[in-house]
Amino acid sequence: MATAKPITMDSTPTQTQPAGGGEAEPAPGLPKLRVRDMDFYYGAKQALQSISLDMPANKITALIGPSGCGKSTFLRTLNRMYETVPHARAEGDVRLDGEDVLTMDVTELRRRVGMAFQRPNPFPKSIFDNIAYGLRVNGMHGALSDAVEASLRRAAVWDEVKDSLHKSAYALSGGQQQRLCIARALAVNPEVLLLDEPCSALDPIATAKIEELLFALKSDLTGFFLLGKLLEVNETRTIFKKPARKETEDYITGRFG
Amino acid sequence: MGMRTVWRKAVNILMFSLTGLATLFTIALLFFILGYLLWYGGRSVSWNFFTKLPTPVGETGGGMANAIVGSGKLLLLAALIGVPVGFLGGVYLAEFGGGTFSFLVRYTADLLNGIPSIVMGIFAYTVVVLPMRHFSALAGGLALAVMLVPIVLRSTEQFLRAVPVPLREGALALGASKWRAVATVVVPAGFRGIATGILLSLARVAGETAPLLFTSFSNRFWAPGWDQPIASLPVMIYTYALSPYEDWHRQAWAAGLVLLALVFIITTGSRIILSLGFQSSRSG
Repeated sequence: MATAKPITMDSTPTQTQPAGGGEAEPAPGLPKLRVRDMDFYYGAKQALQSISLDMPANKITALIGPSGCGKSTFLRTLNRMYETVPHARAEGDVRLDGEDVLTMDVTELRRRVGMAFQRPNPFPKSIFDNIAYGLRVNGMHGALSDAVEASLRRAAVWDEVKDSLHKSAYALSGGQQQRLCIARALAVNPEVLLLDEPCSALDPIATAKIEELLFALKSDLTGFFLLGKLLEVNETRTIFKKPARKETEDYITGRFG
Repeated sequence: MGMRTVWRKAVNILMFSLTGLATLFTIALLFFILGYLLWYGGRSVSWNFFTKLPTPVGETGGGMANAIVGSGKLLLLAALIGVPVGFLGGVYLAEFGGGTFSFLVRYTADLLNGIPSIVMGIFAYTVVVLPMRHFSALAGGLALAVMLVPIVLRSTEQFLRAVPVPLREGALALGASKWRAVATVVVPAGFRGIATGILLSLARVAGETAPLLFTSFSNRFWAPGWDQPIASLPVMIYTYALSPYEDWHRQAWAAGLVLLALVFIITTGSRIILSLGFQSSRSG
């Protein structure tokens, strides 16, 4: 729950440009996710005020901001994960390819909008069953091994786990667990992948692997990425080198937040 | 050394001694009871005790085979009725509950847990024994089941609550419905704890005498089926210990030892289940 005073976030999101920047403009047409004037409440307490934001397809949108400003809350409206919190509600217009996110069938929404969490949260099951879980939940049965392998490959963790698919996922390291969780989310072929500070519990090497993986996935899906701590990776260099807005520059250089 | 330091050290020694003495007293009491039971029970327990029926009054020898089987049947019946109700209720409270209704259920369960067991006996007597007009295994099993429900319910709820929230969210984020996430991720994750709670609750009611006295009553013979009065170890101990016969006293000790062994096995078994791997997610 956001503890800080709610701030309007439309100043902070920064679309990452390919390194070198400049050539690729956002694809024409509708953005993948479009948020207009969204307010969010925890009971009587308003946590977000009139957020408006576009997330273009096949790009990674990163959101930065001080802790407690509502980044996670915002992210959780995009797959309605906030509904697990009693009395939490979102108002406004949130659209996925033009469809109303706040009223569509929630299981359908969550299949299309996958999520990886701050800390790796593999199920207490085998590596195989972790990946197969989403497939089974969405009605796929029978030979799942090809789909499982494909997901693990996409999440760049296949080589490390291929010999222990039927061992407990808890035996993996934190970084491997997080890539497993990303593979788990990828298995159901989401159109959008939400990442809530997926590296905050990981060491720099594991972090680098995950970021590399995320940028490799960019061509297949739309990513939405929360950054708690500032990380300088090639692709996000733009915002650190030449922020588009004064407020962003102030935050990055520590004058605000 | 300054006065303050001396004072602090004195308080430290005093508190250490007090807690140590209390611990020592508890353990000494426990070992005294255990030793007594082992000494008297161990001398009286024999192969016949497990295989023979009680002998007629005045004849020495015999055993309590019927009471051992009877206790097993009563526990089975109690588990069949009480565990599903307690378990499903616990799942409801932990996963779907909230608000006034859950508060009331929780409060009632705690109240039920504190009710003297003899009251459970009166309850089963009223709803089963009186309409049937005779004592039965069914009535005893029901009395024990009513005792099981609040214990199983609260322990299930607590072990489910201990399952990390991100695990639920991980399942929901993949498009699982609430009940599916609970059934396939949350309950399996808390399963060892829940199983332990169930076993411990069985161990607790295994030694109950009061609710059985006027529900299952007792029986000096085999009691086939479920609608006959049935013998059980606690009631046998009660009856035999009150009798004027030396031989019956010895058998009561033996029954006490067997009951203790039963509870010991259940408790140890549940500890083993719990330690086998209630792991939490490692990270880093």
